[in-house]
Amino acid sequence: MNWVNVFIQGLLLGGLYALFALGLSLVFGVMRLVNLAHGDLGIMAAFVALACVQWLHLPVLYSGVLAVVIMFVVGYALQRGLLNFTLGTDDTRPILVTFGLSIILQNALLIGFSADTQGLQATALTTSSIHITNSLAIGYYPLGVFVFSVLFIAGMQLFLARTKIGRAFRAVSDDREAAELMGINNRHIFAVAMAVALAIVALAGVLMGIRTTFDPTSGSLNLIFAFEAVIMGGMGSLWGTMAGGVLLGLAQTLGAQAFGSGWGLLCGHVVFLAVLALRPQGFFAKTVTA
Amino acid sequence: MSILEVQDVDVFYEDFQALFSVSFKVEEGQTFAVIGANGAGKSTLLKTVAGMLRPKSGTVLYQGEPVDHISAHKRVSMGISLVPEGRRVFPSLTVRENLQIGAYGGRKGDWNVESVLELFPLLKPLIKRQAASLSGGEQQALAIGRSLMANPRLVLLDEVSLGLAPVVIKRIYEAMEALPAKGTTILVVEQDVQHVLTVADRVACFLAGRISLEGPPSDMTPEAITAAYFGM
Repeated sequence: MNWVNVFIQGLLLGGLYALFALGLSLVFGVMRLVNLAHGDLGIMAAFVALACVQWLHLPVLYSGVLAVVIMFVVGYALQRGLLNFTLGTDDTRPILVTFGLSIILQNALLIGFSADTQGLQATALTTSSIHITNSLAIGYYPLGVFVFSVLFIAGMQLFLARTKIGRAFRAVSDDREAAELMGINNRHIFAVAMAVALAIVALAGVLMGIRTTFDPTSGSLNLIFAFEAVIMGGMGSLWGTMAGGVLLGLAQTLGAQAFGSGWGLLCGHVVFLAVLALRPQGFFAKTVTA
Repeated sequence: MSILEVQDVDVFYEDFQALFSVSFKVEEGQTFAVIGANGAGKSTLLKTVAGMLRPKSGTVLYQGEPVDHISAHKRVSMGISLVPEGRRVFPSLTVRENLQIGAYGGRKGDWNVESVLELFPLLKPLIKRQAASLSGGEQQALAIGRSLMANPRLVLLDEVSLGLAPVVIKRIYEAMEALPAKGTTILVVEQDVQHVLTVADRVACFLAGRISLEGPPSDMTPEAITAAYFGM
């Protein structure tokens, strides 16, 4: 029964990883930009929420919402003010710029908040659970996060499929020059995509901050998890990212259960490498060529 | 006032000069054909009019106003729509979605999904298919239909017949003949002279970045066209 418990924990953890990875996948899909600061921006959102709690004495819920809104605005401004200028013929430029951004963010957070581990306290949320048997209980919070992630990805899928701006995202992803010729302002679309991506990663960062602890350097590890989820799931597939996140969560928790708690992360990476070796395009890769 | 007036335009790709002080006028409702060999500067001209390239000197006037400072996506909402060379439909989008993207600029007019499907009935049964799965001719029809969705006043067509079967080219040109009746002006670029001379009101032949011959096709002898085309 303990294994069932661990399996469920891993599954639920995967939802959070998927949410972390979603924005990375979206930004890569729309503008072929690999955002190495993605994880740090998520952690930054958690710190923004923490600052709202500590300095403005807002409840965690409102702080989280505020952090998401702030990151949406930051995303739009960041893309229009900086990252749009890195896009073009040279693929290495956005990588270098976002790498630099990642270092700046981590150090700014260290200066502002010190290297201490922090957490967002929402005790009522995180301690209650559904009691199934004596050895099996599912926390309301992880379950809620998982259900939310699934609904969120479904909503995202609908957004991309049905809305005018979602269609523009896909058109720009297919052929940005042709999109420009259809009257689409690519720079604006890129900025909206980054704004949405950062709002999602902010949400993930806050939810993670409530679930566990974080410090200014947590972003790097989250970036790796996000990459692994996206690549295992297959580029361009949102449900693939969900599947990748779940697989990563399962590998980590089951690995930790089988070999001891220190081995969990390694098991996640090993499973990722195995997928990369056996199915490099990922589970649900969507590639369409003209 | 001409709908389009190109005045003394020089266009460069970095150091390479592609157009040398090109000037001509297109009147409203006309079908203006630009012919010439590969590399004569025809596509460069269309890209300059569409706003993807900026002239180094000279100016492009649209409805009497200079548009050189206006970006490509804004020119679409002003009524300039380019059907790019190679069709460039959005492969992962369905036929309907491709058409809907064409209307992104949001200009009002007669064109909508239904009227485009009437113009190109071959697209009707394909409406839910991904554009990537269409044949070359179907993609070309879609590309033209997609740009009509922007309700343009000036349509720029780049090599619409390239790589298509003669019967398909014929159908596309037949469909194009319906456009001037709606007041739409066409600027069409072709390497293949045969079809385009039957629909054009006026022709300019390009040779190595310069206009070598211009006038109504009825005034031109095949010999004069050959000489202007090949520079003999």
